[in-house]
Amino acid sequence: MYVYDKYDQQIIDERVNQFRDQTRRFINGSLPEAEFLPLRLQNGLYVQRLAPMLRIAVPYGLLNSTQLRKLADITRRFDKGYAHISTRQNIQLNWPQLEEVPDILAELATVQMHAIQTSGNCIRNTTTDQYAGVAIDELTDPRPYCEIIRQWSTLHPEFAFLPRKFKIAVCASTGDRAALYNHDVGVEVRVSDQGAIGFRVLAGGGLGRTPMIGAVICEWLDEPHLLTYLEAILRVYNQRGRRDNKYKARIKILVKAMGVDAFREAVAQEWRAIKDGLNTLTNAEIERAKSFFNPPQYLDVDTASAQSALREQCRNNPTFSNWVARNTLDHKVDGYQIVNISLKATGYAPGDITDAQIELVADLADRYAFGEVRSTHEQNLVLADVHQPDLYPVWQALQAAGLATPNIGYLSDLICCPGGDYCSLANAKSLPVAEAIQARFSDLDYLYDLGPIDLNISGCMNACGHHHIGHIGILGVDKKGQEFYQVCLGGNQGKDASIGKILGPSFSQQDIPDIIEQILSIYLQLRRPEESFLDTYRRVGIDPFKERVYAGDD
Amino acid sequence: MPAMIRNGEIVEDRWLAVNTEASSPAPQQILTLDQWQATAEKSGTAVQLEPGQPPTPLFDHLDSISLVAINFPLFTDGRGFSYARELCERGFKGELRAVGYFIRDQLHYLRRCGFTAFALTEETDLSAALGSLGDFTEHYQASADQCLPLFRRR
Ligand code: SF4
Repeated sequence: MYVYDKYDQQIIDERVNQFRDQTRRFINGSLPEAEFLPLRLQNGLYVQRLAPMLRIAVPYGLLNSTQLRKLADITRRFDKGYAHISTRQNIQLNWPQLEEVPDILAELATVQMHAIQTSGNCIRNTTTDQYAGVAIDELTDPRPYCEIIRQWSTLHPEFAFLPRKFKIAVCASTGDRAALYNHDVGVEVRVSDQGAIGFRVLAGGGLGRTPMIGAVICEWLDEPHLLTYLEAILRVYNQRGRRDNKYKARIKILVKAMGVDAFREAVAQEWRAIKDGLNTLTNAEIERAKSFFNPPQYLDVDTASAQSALREQCRNNPTFSNWVARNTLDHKVDGYQIVNISLKATGYAPGDITDAQIELVADLADRYAFGEVRSTHEQNLVLADVHQPDLYPVWQALQAAGLATPNIGYLSDLICCPGGDYCSLANAKSLPVAEAIQARFSDLDYLYDLGPIDLNISGCMNACGHHHIGHIGILGVDKKGQEFYQVCLGGNQGKDASIGKILGPSFSQQDIPDIIEQILSIYLQLRRPEESFLDTYRRVGIDPFKERVYAGDD
Repeated sequence: MPAMIRNGEIVEDRWLAVNTEASSPAPQQILTLDQWQATAEKSGTAVQLEPGQPPTPLFDHLDSISLVAINFPLFTDGRGFSYARELCERGFKGELRAVGYFIRDQLHYLRRCGFTAFALTEETDLSAALGSLGDFTEHYQASADQCLPLFRRR
């Protein structure tokens, strides 16, 4: 993973000092609230319903064990002993004190972490495939490009006061695990027949109030031009994006209003002025970025005997066997396995993790996974490189800590924003809905029979829980001061991304588990062999669901 | 004459602020884009851009214009940052001035985008604000005062 040199360190240290001074001036009254607001947001600090919330950046989801231990320590000293993994692979603290935030940032800086641009109308944390570097279907490793984008976008002087937030995702696998089509800009890393690297660039995707699928604005961009081209896109957006209405300020609205062709042409025009300039990537820089993501020292294993040993362990322990089947994935290197750590145990807020659990994961990473951990946009953690003979002790340790719920990819592995319990923008609570669904559908055999289902919950239109791209999406809405929930079906992320359709009038909180159960039973009745929920939905459409869910209503 | 920051120092401003009413602007008056476009002699002129007025019409006259002011009616409207960079990248060497409601915490970014002069709001403590110009001593990106991005200097 990327390691800071003196320049990176100096930049984040200076940011801590700057923010310390801004906080001091805010507290002593010389920096007015309205002026402090965008400054603190650009440093990940929200003022929420109950307390401030601090969002710590996890660049493209990569963490090392030292950072995890520091985080555990911070949650104990400055918070209530737990942290939350967000749907943008970042880490949130729910209970810090405003005046202590500069100290938290100073602590983070000692382990090469920060909270820069995790919120605010600026370029946010770049996200990518959580299985980058280890996935079987990967064309090349996307992380060097993520790091290059991270550096370029960090404290970019021109793009700190954009019309609205701006999110970039990068992916380099055949299956899109970074939701490229739902980002302001999606960068798909491609490899030509001759082996050259280039990018397909998408723009104007997004969720929120007006969900949209991104459009291709550049089919092939040569590798050295990545930053100048991004800069051109941002320039068009910064100058022409709407600023009169925050709900119409995202780049998706601009692309739609201008039309994709006109937008592409405007970008091309800006690009002509800066293309081949000094921001053009050099080979040395690309090689430098790549050098941080060389594969670790994998052990040369006797694959056949490792696999037969694993089969033997599985035969002896069905619980372990099930966990291997559900929560681990094949690794591109024989003898290794990708391990998902489920943060979706029933009764715990999705994505929450305690200080002790964080430390346990850090220990496991050190012992079994080259000291590295990833956070995922599904709000779980990943140990990306586990040697197959180590799976058993890893599982035992996770199991003992409540981190081995074998539900990755199934209904109860749901995505959920913090909602009305924490978030001041919420229309409705989301955590109790998540908990009620997990409690209702705790029978694992039923879940496995349903097959893979993404269920996503957002507490309001801001869609932090990505409800539009869940196969089943739930959205909290406010009806005359009462909390209600709208259900949508048929959303999907990935290369065949789609936006869910609203099923019909919204439901009360207590009805949601019943409604979900009805939807699932309709699917089970209608499905053909081998059809997933999404397949069936795409074949039959929303009507059969609508008719039966609302059948008793009139 | 009001005080302002120019080239890192507190100085008195010799230019007169924009006057939209004036039919024949005084010498040393900063012109609106309309007034400036109506002026035949561009040499030594000063012109102010508002949000929504990209600098494109100025590009052919960058050698003769003395001052471009970019107005920030609201500090969160960041269009002016891009306008400034476009002017610099096309070789504008005169005074590039931020005017309006922007805040001292933006000075560093503004400077990096090419602004050389800052007419902050009256309430601003200018000598304290000078400190914000140098909030950072190292940066990743190329900018008006450092043409090489960090990756070409590492
Ligand atoms: S979706 Fe709404 S309620 Fe949920 S975290 Fe985002 S802003 Fe808050």
